[in-house]
Amino acid sequence: MSGFLATLRRELRLSMSGSGEILTLLLFFIITGALVPFAVGPDKELLARIAPGIVWIAAFLSMLIGLEKLFRPDRDDGTLALYRLADLPLSAIIAAKVIAHWLTSALPLIIASPFLALILAMDVPTFWRTILSLLLGTPALAAFGTFGAAITVAIRRGGLLAPILIAPLCVPVLIFGVGAIAPMGGPDQASAALLFLAALSLISVSLSPFAAALAVDWGEE
Amino acid sequence: MTTGQTRSQLFVEIEHLACGRGENVLVRDLSLRLEAGNGLLLRGPNGSGKSTLLLTLAGLLPPISGKIGFPGHDAETGPVLHYCGHRNGIRPRLTVAETLSFWAAINGAYGLTTAEALAKVGLAKAAKLDAGYLSAGQQRRLALARLLVSPRPLWLLDEPTAALDTQGHELVAGLIAEHLAQGGLAIIATHDDIAVPSLSTLTLGGTA
Repeated sequence: MSGFLATLRRELRLSMSGSGEILTLLLFFIITGALVPFAVGPDKELLARIAPGIVWIAAFLSMLIGLEKLFRPDRDDGTLALYRLADLPLSAIIAAKVIAHWLTSALPLIIASPFLALILAMDVPTFWRTILSLLLGTPALAAFGTFGAAITVAIRRGGLLAPILIAPLCVPVLIFGVGAIAPMGGPDQASAALLFLAALSLISVSLSPFAAALAVDWGEE
Repeated sequence: MTTGQTRSQLFVEIEHLACGRGENVLVRDLSLRLEAGNGLLLRGPNGSGKSTLLLTLAGLLPPISGKIGFPGHDAETGPVLHYCGHRNGIRPRLTVAETLSFWAAINGAYGLTTAEALAKVGLAKAAKLDAGYLSAGQQRRLALARLLVSPRPLWLLDEPTAALDTQGHELVAGLIAEHLAQGGLAIIATHDDIAVPSLSTLTLGGTA
């Protein structure tokens, strides 16, 4: 357990210490969302209707930014080889990475989402549902992202490959994420979508460390 | 020490091993047996397969054919080997002490304490420094300190003296001698002379 926490602490320290990664992420998230009103025109009703989708797309794209730094620097400086020989199983190290990835590239977005809600003219109930759906759904995005990054780490210049690989996996997350905010047929459907989102996150977060560990082992050989 | 007892029965057993990178076979039909307390120097020109052999022994590359075994190793006591390669696994923005305690945390901190290990490799004064500021030789020393905080019976060292000064060479020789004296094993790829008396030598690349 201490090794797991040490890995988590190391990942967080490397992300936090002064490289402005989180600031870049936040600006990207807000700018992506803020550009939409310019593109579709200042139609308040239309904006309010598509706002959930915009928030989710912005969150999805922003979370792709951090994928490259999940395994690539570790591979380049030899740390990944040492992880494979560590006493702590590789899957536990990767589980810590999934959590760190969520804390540094999803949590800041959720905290910043009020800005986007303001820009997109969301009403207050929709805003709260957005926060809830992001909280329940982004762990799945972090898990799929980690998996994609692990598959592509052995490929030189595989940077854009991971997003392409995981995009299909993330489709259900987007569908139910938006479904939980903007129910088409009454409130019952929204809670069902939330439950489904939570299930997706639970399954993907619990399985992705093992899948990613396998991918790293095979990729390196 | 209980780990000392298990170590004294440990062997490295290599049978008809062939290893290489992809289609390129570098080492063919290698068989050897190394007993606890012994070290092996791998020699040979650049590209003769020293590093590849070490990576294969470490389990980081799959062997092309043949078997590698560690009879006498009790898996309960943790991983059998340390691999110390060209790349030191050191990341800027973490201090020297943080880097080492991280390795101690994930490899098991049952050896020297972080401070003792740093003192031993001559980095005591640099403990609070950003590891990115270390020179190549100091980074190598930090990488070697990793072997001291989490004792494991077999050391696989790939050019451990690279970038080290004269005292550094002596340090490496001293660490290896001490490790072997405690019943450890070491396989070392190097171009330098490492002044440890009981090392045997295997030269690669004569026929490759």
